[in-house]
Amino acid sequence: MGWIVISGFFACEGSDYEMSFIKVEALNKSFKVVKKENGLINSIRSFFNRKYEVINAINNVSFSIEKGEVVGYIGPNGAGKSTTVKILSGILTPDSGTCKIGNYTPWLDREKYVKEIGVVFGQRSQLWWDIPATDTFDLLKEIYDINDEEFIKTKNELISTLNLKEIMNIPVRNLSLGQRMRLEIAASLIHSPKILFLDEPAIGLDAISKEIVRKFIKKINKEKNVTVILTTHDMNDIEALAKRIILIGKGRVLYDGTLKKLKNKYDNYKYITIYTKDKLIIRNKAIVSKEKLPNGYKIIINSKIINISDFLSIISKKVLIDDVEIENENVDSIIVKLYEEFGI
Amino acid sequence: MSFYKSFIKLKFIAGLQYRFAAIAGICTQFFFGFIYIMVYNAFYENGGYNGISIESLISYIWLNQAFFSIVNLYYKDKEIINTIKNGNISYELTRPKNVFFMWYAKILGTRLSNVVTRFLPIILVSLILPKNYRLGMPSSLESFILFIITFILGIILVNLITTFYHVIMMKTLDERGVVGIFITIGDILSGLAVPLPLFPKFLQKVANLFPFRYIGDLPFRIYSGNISVTDGLKSILIQILWIIVIAILGYILSKKILKKVVVNGG
Repeated sequence: MGWIVISGFFACEGSDYEMSFIKVEALNKSFKVVKKENGLINSIRSFFNRKYEVINAINNVSFSIEKGEVVGYIGPNGAGKSTTVKILSGILTPDSGTCKIGNYTPWLDREKYVKEIGVVFGQRSQLWWDIPATDTFDLLKEIYDINDEEFIKTKNELISTLNLKEIMNIPVRNLSLGQRMRLEIAASLIHSPKILFLDEPAIGLDAISKEIVRKFIKKINKEKNVTVILTTHDMNDIEALAKRIILIGKGRVLYDGTLKKLKNKYDNYKYITIYTKDKLIIRNKAIVSKEKLPNGYKIIINSKIINISDFLSIISKKVLIDDVEIENENVDSIIVKLYEEFGI
Repeated sequence: MSFYKSFIKLKFIAGLQYRFAAIAGICTQFFFGFIYIMVYNAFYENGGYNGISIESLISYIWLNQAFFSIVNLYYKDKEIINTIKNGNISYELTRPKNVFFMWYAKILGTRLSNVVTRFLPIILVSLILPKNYRLGMPSSLESFILFIITFILGIILVNLITTFYHVIMMKTLDERGVVGIFITIGDILSGLAVPLPLFPKFLQKVANLFPFRYIGDLPFRIYSGNISVTDGLKSILIQILWIIVIAILGYILSKKILKKVVVNGG
């Protein structure tokens, strides 16, 4: 008897901790696109004789994600980010590969599986254009079979954290982009999903709306242990939200790890501004660039070749330093370097 | 099932905002009603009996005009077509419901809201027009009850057909082409352009083989007594059969197409 109980206990533990929540293996997807050359004659030719071109949107993509993780899924335009999100959310069927999320395969168990997920497509809309958002919410309640009590509770929570009170009852067509986006995010969470896919949620948001959205994502991740997969071009979003990033380019996974590690690897340029009245003449192979300012110099150094304190002590011997500012490289330029390194 | 109710309610609320569209619709329907009746009056003065009496034909035309917004096959749901073209269909596919039935509910809601805001003035006015233009009373109480039943089934049927070709559009990404041919053939065989009793015999037989005449032709002719109650009762079975067949076909087709669907952009 005791043995059975124990094994049952372990099985339960195991399913929560040992197995990955989201497991993607060797995913491939290609699209057939009509190839057209411009001009009338080519168009007529193409009308009779279509030529197709095969584009590999994603190529052998594998990764796994644990429950409660926030993962930034980044890459340049056309890298295959949205295609991956669409496959993971059950919209697209891949050509080959496996994907297990919980006990589901998204594209096979779509109708059951999508109850567990919320998706925000930044450039699309799920709200009905000519009626207030609150009516769309009522409809979603029926589509997801949410009971009254649960629905009212979640809705009120969303209203207060995303600051929606004033915009809930205005026809969606009369709202600004930022207001609409907040409502879109709320609509994607009305059924309390376990996983949230955010495909470029910050497009066109102002600073305040961005801040509200970020805080909100942090909150649901922390309080409800919602797993978040976020694709974006805004590196500030990634920095604020995701510890881990997956970088994809030309359909392949190029980097999968923490943002910190990436920073350590690439963040070796330091931006030093020295305020001085004296003339500075310095030659050092660590200097990447030097620029004269009205009240000093702006110097970029490679901190792998020389560390900052050594560099400053060299300078302080040459000139009288009034003030000094040291800045790290921002994440955007790290990403640019990464893209360059991988040739994407 | 309650999501059907919600869709219909929402579409209804949205539809009520477009008052001028309703007024314009009513005017158009009156215009066409009068033109058709004038033409058929002239035609009957020289012709005589053509399988349907002129009184029945006038009733047929007014019923057709009054309920045009729900019985016509040309209906294209702008919202669904946009969804397909601009990729918002992504959201539709993240819902835990089958696309075919979700769209059915949407289309039914839109068309019900259209018809409810349009049919009453046309019915009321056409009932009090001069004799040569008047919508007659139902031929008997039985035929009126049967008219209601077959008309409700007809509405279910036409919306299933409409949803069916919206599903095809997911594949063709366009409302013309295959879908256009489908709609034109359906429109002719539905008898809503030229009433079926005026068709040559063999074309009537062809029409009997398709579901389209069970939309409006059947109930409107039952109303005026052109189809007897006994014949009408038999036709209900065929109506129900078509409803089941198209629902199943649509469901299977939507599943098949979704496996290959490509959502463009972003």
